Amino acid sequence: MADLQYKIIVGLEIHVQLRTKSKMFCSCALEFGAEPNSRVCPVCLGMPGSLPVMNKQAFEYSVLAGLALNCNIPMFTKWDRKSYYYPDLPKNYQISQYDLPLSEKGFIEIPLESGETKRIRIIRAHLEEDAGKNVHSASSYSQVDLNRTGTPLLEIVTEPDMNSGAEVRALAVELQRLVRFIGVSEADMQKGHMRFEPNINMKIIRNGKEYRTPIAEVKNLNSFRALERSVTYEAQRQLSEFLETGIEFGMGNKTTRGWDDEKEMTVLQREKEEAHDYRYFPDPDLVPVELTQEWLDEIKSRLCELPLKKQLRYVQEYNLSDYDAGVLTADRATADFFDEVVNAGGDPKRVCNLLTQTGLKITKEKNCNITDLPVTPKGMADLAKMVDEGTISASSATTIFEAMVQTGKQPDVLASELNLVQKSDAGELESIVDQVIAENSEAVADVISGGKKEKKARGFLMGQVMQKSKGQANPKVVSEILAKKLK
Amino acid sequence: MAEKIDNEQVRKVAKLSRLELTDSEIEEFTGQLGAILEYVEKMNELDTETIEPLAHCLPVSNVFREDIAKESLGTEKTLANAPKKDETYFLVPKILDDNSGA
Repeated sequence: MADLQYKIIVGLEIHVQLRTKSKMFCSCALEFGAEPNSRVCPVCLGMPGSLPVMNKQAFEYSVLAGLALNCNIPMFTKWDRKSYYYPDLPKNYQISQYDLPLSEKGFIEIPLESGETKRIRIIRAHLEEDAGKNVHSASSYSQVDLNRTGTPLLEIVTEPDMNSGAEVRALAVELQRLVRFIGVSEADMQKGHMRFEPNINMKIIRNGKEYRTPIAEVKNLNSFRALERSVTYEAQRQLSEFLETGIEFGMGNKTTRGWDDEKEMTVLQREKEEAHDYRYFPDPDLVPVELTQEWLDEIKSRLCELPLKKQLRYVQEYNLSDYDAGVLTADRATADFFDEVVNAGGDPKRVCNLLTQTGLKITKEKNCNITDLPVTPKGMADLAKMVDEGTISASSATTIFEAMVQTGKQPDVLASELNLVQKSDAGELESIVDQVIAENSEAVADVISGGKKEKKARGFLMGQVMQKSKGQANPKVVSEILAKKLK
Repeated sequence: MAEKIDNEQVRKVAKLSRLELTDSEIEEFTGQLGAILEYVEKMNELDTETIEPLAHCLPVSNVFREDIAKESLGTEKTLANAPKKDETYFLVPKILDDNSGA
């Protein structure tokens, strides 16, 4: 058997739809699921005499994303036309950026299963407009819907730094969290807000000689699962093909393959005989963008601690589990709220439990953010403190949290209103304990004799005390008193 | 100096632009495009070594609008000039090699 080693090499091209209200170059509304061709104007139609005007928000979102991807942001950027002959873009060109993109040379850190992170380099991220949708029906015509035409897209291109389907998925998931976190995209895969096109090939070393397989670009990936599986499948396919045919990477033998979600395989779409002749040239209808230092600084000031960094900090500084830290950093509202509660004096672990076990259940039911609830960071911190100080039990905290959401009242007020304040006063509890001891001599004897009945008897006495205190005794204090009295 | 444009190049450019040209049109455009390119060659004689490349012919930058959605044409008006349509869509000859999409 031949000595064989191989490595998957993957680079990604990603399109992210920006979360603007209107399109990139005209004022048509962006609305998912609107009636076909209802959000269209002369600019979308490429009518003679119509002129595009840049959406400032879309540009700023792109710069913000570029900064979050650790990119260099040039002070000068411009627009180019990319020739494109399909009916879903009636101008016959796509407005894009060619030689002077708005950001370049960055990187993103992705979490690996080992708990380490890996740096994936970003070649560039530029802004462009989306095309409409072609719908293929059984008839001899294709239907065209131009609602999506002109939607602002951020195109992100990575270096081929990923080496497995799992890494590609990790990047996709991390990027989704990142763009949501900084608020530039809803990044909903189902609505096509994020589209991934992996470029895949294999580096194979056989008997000491190195080979590269032809690159395949995979399209039609509508989920993270499909993305991961397509990479794994395609790598295996290329390996088998190489072992069978020995065909190597060469000029012009790149292919485009489509992912078949049902059959879980990639299918050849076409051979790329020649490099695409896009014939880019500067768009005379759009003037360039020049950033000033003040403007760039202002956009920079909107950046925050990025989610992966936050997650690692929660694990290292607060001793939270990686899972919990991931849940808290899934969106910015939750993470910011958590930070504020901790700053207000809440114990991180306690606050984490309250938020992940109760808070996020409530927000999910109400379909809202944690910050939409009438609970302040201070109130939440107070609630956590009350548990830690023994004023209330952990289970009462859940009840009080829910009442805080319903009434907007402070936790101490609710604790007394709901009779959930634990009795921790040693003197008061001692007299109850004395009474219970006097009434239950048999159980007391079992505890003192220390036989196999001890544990059960001790539990029985605890229960009696709790009953007499109407469940308000602090169990920790009671058990201390019991231990002292029954030595 | 660039080579002179020939019929084959014009045919290729026409194909890229989805234009169907007759042989006499190819001939005609080869001549016209040749003349344009000659003129560009003439301009290439200028020494532009010390001059910054121009991204746009107007000395203007940063023309923006705020992100406010306004009313669109609506489906009926949008489709008004379409050579072929159904209730809500433009109809075009069936697209076979669909590599559309941005």
